[in-house]
Amino acid sequence: MSAPLQRPKRKNPILRTRLPTAPPAARSRMAHGLTAGAARGELELQVCRDCGATQYPPREACHACLSDRLAWRAQDGRGELVSETTLHLSYELFFRERVPWRLGMVRLDAGPIVIAHLHGDCAPPPARVKVRACLDKSGEAALFAVPEKETPNMADDRQLREMTCDPKFRKVLVTDGKTALGQALVRALVAAGADLVWVGHAEPWKKFAGFDELAALPQVTLVPLDVTDSRNVREVAAEIGGRVDILVNNAEHHRAHGIGDRQGVETARAEMDVNYFGLLRLAQEFGPAMRARGADGQSSAVAWVNLLSIYALTNFPPHGTFSASKAAAHSLAQCLRAEMRGSGIRVVNLYPGPIDDEWNQLLLPPKLAPAALAQAVVKALQSGVEDVYPGDVAQEWLARWRDNPKALEREVSS
Amino acid sequence: MSTPRRAKGRAGARAPRRNPANRPASPLAGLAQGLAAGTIRVVDLTATLSPEFPHISLPPEFGQAWPFRIEEVSHYDERGPAWYWNNFSCGEHTGTHFDAPVHWVSGKDLPHNAVDTIPPERFIGPACVVDCSPEAARDPDFLLTKRFLLEWEKRHGRIPARAWVLMRTDWSKRSDDPAAYQNYDETGQHTPGPDTDAVRFLVEERDILGFGTESIGTDAGQAVHLRPPYPCHYFMHGAGRYGLQCLTRLDRLPPTGAVVIAAPLKIRNGSGSPLRVLALVPGAKPRENLR
Repeated sequence: MSAPLQRPKRKNPILRTRLPTAPPAARSRMAHGLTAGAARGELELQVCRDCGATQYPPREACHACLSDRLAWRAQDGRGELVSETTLHLSYELFFRERVPWRLGMVRLDAGPIVIAHLHGDCAPPPARVKVRACLDKSGEAALFAVPEKETPNMADDRQLREMTCDPKFRKVLVTDGKTALGQALVRALVAAGADLVWVGHAEPWKKFAGFDELAALPQVTLVPLDVTDSRNVREVAAEIGGRVDILVNNAEHHRAHGIGDRQGVETARAEMDVNYFGLLRLAQEFGPAMRARGADGQSSAVAWVNLLSIYALTNFPPHGTFSASKAAAHSLAQCLRAEMRGSGIRVVNLYPGPIDDEWNQLLLPPKLAPAALAQAVVKALQSGVEDVYPGDVAQEWLARWRDNPKALEREVSS
Repeated sequence: MSTPRRAKGRAGARAPRRNPANRPASPLAGLAQGLAAGTIRVVDLTATLSPEFPHISLPPEFGQAWPFRIEEVSHYDERGPAWYWNNFSCGEHTGTHFDAPVHWVSGKDLPHNAVDTIPPERFIGPACVVDCSPEAARDPDFLLTKRFLLEWEKRHGRIPARAWVLMRTDWSKRSDDPAAYQNYDETGQHTPGPDTDAVRFLVEERDILGFGTESIGTDAGQAVHLRPPYPCHYFMHGAGRYGLQCLTRLDRLPPTGAVVIAAPLKIRNGSGSPLRVLALVPGAKPRENLR
């Protein structure tokens, strides 16, 4: 079993904060096929459509029959650890700071032999293991072998934690605690072991059910935060930005209008102001401090979570202006991801279908319960993925979109 | 060619002629003199515009007024090396603001009903300050009645035509605490205001210029339940009169004798605007808490 994670000692303020370093990030275009799967938490390998061979590493043609008809297929990752080694010396800054580092060679049941980072609980070879595709601190796919069966405190493994963003003993900012989702997020993060949750709340005169109970949680500290107010965002960032390890931006403005059923631009502008400019304001003010703390000990700054929408991929005309604002936020989140990557801060984007709230009242189920979405956020942080499509609607839209985006555009407009 | 004809030893004759009481030659000269001497004070009745200042909130399905927001353009930096300036945005009904008749459906067809077409002399008028602060402290839903106004007139005289009637509640003293200022509960907002009869009395029997309050809205927080809903908006604007909201420091004004200057921005067909409201108050020393 892994040693259970202990609450880290308080930081020695005399010592220089270690700068973040990143593992080697160069990948071929083919290798990014692995990245695409890892971003969603899937191990996907190339499978030949002609001879059925599964191959690794990724390349342009089948290693068995030279066919170029290759398809990325999800794998269960099961296999046998055939050898292991422990790295004690590395010229890569990232690994130099983290040796000793355990590596192993795994023969997947699907055929290929892969080299993978090796969890501390994996028995010496020969042993059954499961290979996952993780995202490393560079945001690139890395294979990680864990024991086939879950072991106690498996998530607390030192090497595995370099791939994940576990909220345990971390300090989190949830930007809007007034919605049902915000409250569910706070509770889920507290249950996952977060040390401190700052809960943003705008328009202090508006009270919502459950808010007082939330404020009474010992881990919770309320902060007046309105993402439409640049000075307020700057002041809150000045106050706590240097302490935030995980930022969850769930502030959202949602109205159910297309173009023709609402005069003027005021509603659309309000959506953009919260959903797009709100993210921009937060990123400008909190981003620098978080980037500086990407390697700040066990509880370093580690993740930035954006509440987007499956409508960011293709416009849902009955909620057309909302969809457009989420598409803008989706694009900006890509920019944020690029700017955060060098510091090891993961930008996690959530693309839920309709949430079960008042603005989706007229949509038929299935709708995503706020508590289920909050659980998906915690799971994403614990497992280290960066793109999350929680719930049946999001999964179905994603499958249709990946298959034929034009078809989805037509289907949702009819 | 003109010559300095009167310049020979007659300069004394050209000095302003003063009467025995040392009165200035014109009322405006007297105003300037009073301001300079401090016998006329200027009281700023305006709340500071800031993003934190509470803004009107309608049910979420309605269109919303923008709250005050401000974005820095440059601050002696690479965006503008020698200058500091901001862009700000807000609705017409933000902070201390003026309501024009066109704001309400009852005033939509009146002449001169928008901030750009109201005759400018209407922006200045005598102020009658009706102190309801003890009543508002006891009851946030306090409604100012006609009877209350008649009692006030017994003490301070008849409200003159073309006067601003300002309802002092000391509500502005809550503005540092937005929750207390807005005073919402599950049945909505609870702030003081006039009742229907009081508004009709002021418009129909006293011919006032407009009505001013310290809370958000010239109407009470629960005025949607009055008949008609929002009577101050309905009757005041329906009769071409004006509103002032989110005023402060009404406790610095005497019940009568002050003059209020409230000129909104000249927005084409504007329904209102944030503005600086000033009161000219006689007397060298502050006279506070007058009832």
